[in-house]
Amino acid sequence: MKITIYGPGCKNCVNLADNAKKAIEETGVEAEIVKVEDMKEIAMAGIMSTPAIGIDGEVKIKGKVATVEEIKKLIS
Amino acid sequence: MLLVFEIFIKFADLITYNLFGIEEGTRLADSVHFFFYDTTKIIFLLSIMIFFISIVRSYFPPEKTKKLLSNYKKITGHIMASLLGVVTPFCSCSSVPIFIGFVESGIPLGVTFSFLITSPIVNEVALVMLYTIFGWKIGTLYLVSGILVGIVGGIVIEYLGMEKQVEEYVYQISAQESEIEELNWSDRINFAKAEVKEIVSRVWLYVIIGIGIGAAIHGYAPAELLAQYAGADNPLSVIAAVIVGIPLYANAVGTIPIVEALMGKGVALGTALSFMMATTALSLPAMIILRKVIKPKLITVFITVVGISIIGVGYMFNFVMSFV
Repeated sequence: MKITIYGPGCKNCVNLADNAKKAIEETGVEAEIVKVEDMKEIAMAGIMSTPAIGIDGEVKIKGKVATVEEIKKLIS
Repeated sequence: MLLVFEIFIKFADLITYNLFGIEEGTRLADSVHFFFYDTTKIIFLLSIMIFFISIVRSYFPPEKTKKLLSNYKKITGHIMASLLGVVTPFCSCSSVPIFIGFVESGIPLGVTFSFLITSPIVNEVALVMLYTIFGWKIGTLYLVSGILVGIVGGIVIEYLGMEKQVEEYVYQISAQESEIEELNWSDRINFAKAEVKEIVSRVWLYVIIGIGIGAAIHGYAPAELLAQYAGADNPLSVIAAVIVGIPLYANAVGTIPIVEALMGKGVALGTALSFMMATTALSLPAMIILRKVIKPKLITVFITVVGISIIGVGYMFNFVMSFV
C-alpha cells in the first residue's frame, strides 16, 4: 500500500506524515509513505487545500491534519 | 459588560493586587491589570469565535468556492470572489493550489485575484481582535474595506490583461475532478475544534506580546510625538504606515493591540486601518509562494495595485473622519 502525503513542507504536513507513520506502526499494515511537495503535482491531484493524504493514488482527506485514528480507518 | 467577562476582571484583580501585590490605582497597576484582563479575555474570545467561524467555513471548502465562482461573470464574479474570500478557509501555503485550481477551471485571472487579496486581509483572527479591541464599528469598517480592496484590486488586474504573466505550466495542468466531501455535524465540529487548536496555538504568543507592548504604550508613550507624525494632518503618514506594515506579516495579530494603543495616542483611524491591512495583505512569504505560479511582473503589479488600494482606504477614512 502507498500512502501519499501532499503538502509543500509546512508544519501541518510534517504532523500529518507523523500521524501516518504512527497509524502504520499501530496497525502493522505494510505501507510506504511518499511525500509530494511539488505544488504542480499537488494541484494536478485536484487538491486545493493542504495538507492532504491519499491511499494508492486516491486522495482521501484534504485540508486538515488527519488524526492517527482517521488514517487507521483508511488503511485497515 | 457581559457577565462572563467578570471572570477575567476577577482573574486580573487576583494577579495584579494579590499575587504581585501592586497598589491599586497606580499607573503600573493599571498596565498590569489591563494586560492580564485583555490577554485572557481575547484568547478566550478567539477560541469561541474561531470555533463558530470554522463551522461556517466548513460549508465553503475551496472546491465548492471554485464551482460557485465559475457561475459568475465580470463584476459579479469579482464581488462573489471577494465575499467568498471571507468565508473560505485559507492559509497562504494553500494559495498556489487554489490559484492553479481556479485558473485551470476557467475562472478569470482578475476574479482569482479578488479572492486571493481578500482572503488574507479578512482573516478570522484579525476580525475577532478588531471587534474585541476596537468594537463593531471599526471592525465592520475593516471588513467592508477589505472586501472592497479585493474587488477593486481584482478588477484592475483583470483590466491590465496579465494572462501572459502567469507561468505557462499553469495553463497546461488539467487537474483531476475532485469530489466535494459531504460533511455531517460531527465532522464540522471536529473541523472547528481542530481549527481552534491550530490557530490559537499559532497566535497566542503574538497576542500576548502585542497586548504587552500595547499596555506599555498606553502607560508610557509620548502622545504628542506620535500625533505629529502619524496624525490625520500628516499627508504622508498613510503611505509610511503601509510601507512599514509590509514586513510585519508574521506579527499581524500582535500589531492590532499595538495599533489600538497608538490610536489612543493620536494616530489617525485611516492610517491605522491601512497599516493593519498592509501587515496581512502584502507579505514577503506570501509573495515568494505566489512566485511559483506568476511571473515577477505580475507580482509587482499585485503589490502595487493592492498597496495603492490600501493607501486609498487610509486616505478615504482620514478624510471621512475629519467631518465626523
